[in-house]
Amino acid sequence: MSTVRDLLVILISSSLVSNVVLSQFLGLCPFLGVSKKTDTALGMGTAVIFVITLSSAVAGCIYQFLLVPLNLEYLQTIVFILVIAALVQFVEMFLRKFLVGLYKSLGVYLPLITTNCAVLGIALTNVTKEYNILYGTINGFATAVGFTISIVLLASIRQKLEDNDIPEALKGMPIVLVTAGLMAIAFCGFGGLSM
Amino acid sequence: MNKCVERLYNGVIKENPTLVLMLGMCPTLAVTTSAINGLGMGLTTTAVLALSNAIIASLRKIIPDKIRIPAFIVIIASFVTIMQLLLQAYIPSLYSSLGIYIPLIVVNCIILGRAESYAYKNPVLPSFFDGLGMGLGFTCSLTLIGLLREFVGGCSVFGHELGWFEPVGIFRMAPGAFFVLALLTAIQNKVKIAGTKKGKDMSKIQSGCGCDCLNCSDTGCKDRKEVSEIKEEEL
Repeated sequence: MSTVRDLLVILISSSLVSNVVLSQFLGLCPFLGVSKKTDTALGMGTAVIFVITLSSAVAGCIYQFLLVPLNLEYLQTIVFILVIAALVQFVEMFLRKFLVGLYKSLGVYLPLITTNCAVLGIALTNVTKEYNILYGTINGFATAVGFTISIVLLASIRQKLEDNDIPEALKGMPIVLVTAGLMAIAFCGFGGLSM
Repeated sequence: MNKCVERLYNGVIKENPTLVLMLGMCPTLAVTTSAINGLGMGLTTTAVLALSNAIIASLRKIIPDKIRIPAFIVIIASFVTIMQLLLQAYIPSLYSSLGIYIPLIVVNCIILGRAESYAYKNPVLPSFFDGLGMGLGFTCSLTLIGLLREFVGGCSVFGHELGWFEPVGIFRMAPGAFFVLALLTAIQNKVKIAGTKKGKDMSKIQSGCGCDCLNCSDTGCKDRKEVSEIKEEEL
């Protein structure tokens, strides 16, 4: 039972309490860049969930079965970034060949994710926190869900903001950042969940 | 020599990566809780940027065009690993406070952006100084933002408590980072609007990596965008 409990704790803490964008600032570029409309935000979010879950599983396997036995832990950054880049390419080719429908809805976002710092960040966090492959994969999934929650929330707020009268200098990025800041304050509230 | 000085000036003032081009936002927001952290992060990035620019420039005739991005990433990642091990050995306090953001220098778009737009097309020495200038520009702005957040949020300067007023703690926390950046981009917008009215060319000033990834130019995202465009056409 303790495994299930641990996994639940990871799920909640990685998606809400230490939200990847709003408290760790990873993956800010897509968060600010692809959040104009709710449906594109949702598409980006789904692609991120897909890639991060897969890449944390693969990176976890490579770390445990290749780098640790060979005492090459110090190469983790180089190996992880290459594996992630190759994996994204591979996923893209696979989707294009076999799942055309999914490719049409996610394909545009995949190249944008390759050098997204969240993907590498999660792979490295899993190593630092000494998660095993299962825990690491769940952690990746939870983090990506947290990303999706926040990007969809931001996109819906931005759609509402469009009708408002915003001071000239605050138009565009500044008002989005203020919104993100207020969201971050709200997410600080989850810190009260003691686990 | 003139060219080298020009590159330095370009990096620190004219095309300051944080304050003008708005690149590398993740580390900018994450590590600027204090001026010391900002300075440390800035200098680490500077070292990686200058050295990787120099190596990429010296290999620019050997690296095939098609696989240049993976080649750049391997070179950058090697220097990041070297810096990470050096910091761990000699400045452990900085190493532990920067934590995961040191290996994440690999995906900092300033570095890939400079490799792509400058080092791959220019000789070694100017590329080195271009990296140095960009890095120092990054360091200056990170230290300034760190100083501001530390002063307002903790009422201290470089770790020295001043005790002048009741600190506004939220500025040292995550939301504060967003507010400081919002302020920064608002000032940028203001300058841009005023400049455009006077008829100056303000196109260099970007108001954040924020408009739209898919319509982005002049940054690391550009190639990725082109890649996705080609695929869309094929579909």
